[in-house]
Amino acid sequence: MTTTASPSRVPARTPPTAGTATAASVRWRQALLWIAHHSLAIALSIMFLGPLVFITLTALMDDDQALTSQLWPRTWNWDNFAEIFEKAPLLTWIGNTIMYSGLATVFMLLSSVPVAYALARFRFRGRKLAFLLVITMMMLPPQVVAVPVYLIWARLQLTGTLWPLIIPMLLGDAFSIFLLRQFLITIPREYSDAAKVDGCGEVRTLVRVILPMARPAIAAVALFNFFYCWNDYYGPLLYARTDLDHWTLSLGLAAFRSVHRVQWNLTMAATLLVIAPVIIVFFFAQRVFIEGVKLTGVK
Amino acid sequence: MAHVSDLPGPLAGRVRDRGSGRGRGRGRRDDLRALLWLSPWIVGFAVFFLYPLLATVYFSFQRYDMFTLEPVGLLNYRYFMEDEAAWRAIRNTLWLVVIMVPLRVLFGLGVAQLVTRLKAGVGVFRTIFYLPSLVPVVAGTLGFVYLLNPGTGPVQAILSAVGIPSPDWFGDPAWSKWGLTMLALWSVGDLMVIFLAALLDVPKQLYEAAAIDGAGAWQRFYRITLPVIRPVVMFAAVTGVIQALQYFTQAMIAARVASGSTDSAGSVFTPGYPDQSTLTFPEWLYHQGFRDFAMGYACVLALVLFAVSMMFTLVLLRQFRGFAEEEA
Repeated sequence: MTTTASPSRVPARTPPTAGTATAASVRWRQALLWIAHHSLAIALSIMFLGPLVFITLTALMDDDQALTSQLWPRTWNWDNFAEIFEKAPLLTWIGNTIMYSGLATVFMLLSSVPVAYALARFRFRGRKLAFLLVITMMMLPPQVVAVPVYLIWARLQLTGTLWPLIIPMLLGDAFSIFLLRQFLITIPREYSDAAKVDGCGEVRTLVRVILPMARPAIAAVALFNFFYCWNDYYGPLLYARTDLDHWTLSLGLAAFRSVHRVQWNLTMAATLLVIAPVIIVFFFAQRVFIEGVKLTGVK
Repeated sequence: MAHVSDLPGPLAGRVRDRGSGRGRGRGRRDDLRALLWLSPWIVGFAVFFLYPLLATVYFSFQRYDMFTLEPVGLLNYRYFMEDEAAWRAIRNTLWLVVIMVPLRVLFGLGVAQLVTRLKAGVGVFRTIFYLPSLVPVVAGTLGFVYLLNPGTGPVQAILSAVGIPSPDWFGDPAWSKWGLTMLALWSVGDLMVIFLAALLDVPKQLYEAAAIDGAGAWQRFYRITLPVIRPVVMFAAVTGVIQALQYFTQAMIAARVASGSTDSAGSVFTPGYPDQSTLTFPEWLYHQGFRDFAMGYACVLALVLFAVSMMFTLVLLRQFRGFAEEEA
């Protein structure tokens, strides 16, 4: 597998002019492996893309056909996508979801970047403990403290809204702090030292020197956080379930099918509506995503 | 948390001030400055973690429905021992830990390995394999329930064409967790990317040397690849377990859709359909605390979840211990 010859051209090169019979058999083997690997990859691709294709096809069927196991739409009902907006207050839910995801992400960045910087750069007693506590908070299931936290928000009369999910982001998000810290420690200390020699304080060093270098990590963390909120079901279910006006897309989608009994085509159209923005953003920011995911896998 | 407590002592403080001439005062100023920068997080930690954790312990000895608070001693704990649904939920969650998580890690590793072998279209394949992991959970689950539904989905049609009888995935207690596992395998992309990065970091020369020594493909994987990527796989496995302990949304949505529950916000919904086979532990906690408002009892469940998650978190912390030191 590690030879430098391009295996894709191997079949054209056989039979070998020079070389021995074993060289030919090695090439044959490589050609066969090439075919095997790529066939497997194509088969897997079909399995990975299949559900998305099928959701799309169903979204375009008419009501009756969506209840059958037929694959191909008899008629292409593009107005299904218009109909879902009449059936449910989707615009409100989209607005709520964007507000939740957007505000939460901005708040998260404002609070988490300085914390991550301090954890990565400052020398102080308890620094290790602080970092380990960040990891602990990141790892423990949110359900562990759900009851008392819910009671705090109930006392503040904010249950029934999405604010209990947004406001805490002002106090830092453990996962984001962790990821940012992992990136920030890779920036050589010399950069901040040089800035300090030039008379920059810590704040200016962070804003002028470190932040521009950390842009990819910040973008990744922001995207992750945005999509975490966009996808979040547990949080909105806990706090906003009782008030339809505060629902997010996740809540609405989960209830969609039941509100409009077995109209699978419309349910799938709504499903597609929730998926599409994520996929579109991914294609514009593919690198950011992939680099960010790699950052989460640190050894 | 035995190994969390070994903080840098006063000696470390002196070392860090080497040459500054101002010694201890400088160190204290550093501590104060750090405290200032960390303050938002410290407040968050206290308000949304430490206090709630202590309050959870307190409530676990109370009967509390948001209106009346009544101390009941160990009643909630005793009830837990007899709560069949809770133990059912524990078994289901353990199933996810023991079967779904390893399968997902193995599958992610397999797909990543395959991508390293590809010569043509690597970028396209990698994108295709990653894409499903981006699909919002609620949307993906809805799609899968429909897809695997024998009446409406193509999976049934395809299987019966080959002559294999298709199970009623999300309607049969024996198959429902496998249905959720299919969904988990489908969204393996994030793991794949992590493993792929690790695999590409394995020095090429090692493989070349092994090939000269006549090592086979399996030996190369076992002797070279695995030792190098082991920390990454470990990390993925432990975080996978912790995610499995939180497994909530997929089970909830799948059960609700497959049962045909008609309520708009789940109020007359019995979770775990079919036959509590998808009832996970966090789901039961949520149900007890926020639907039945047995909040005291929910706190007992929360403490159980805390104890188990903490065990796995400690495994992870052990791995990070050296890591936290790095560049200090």
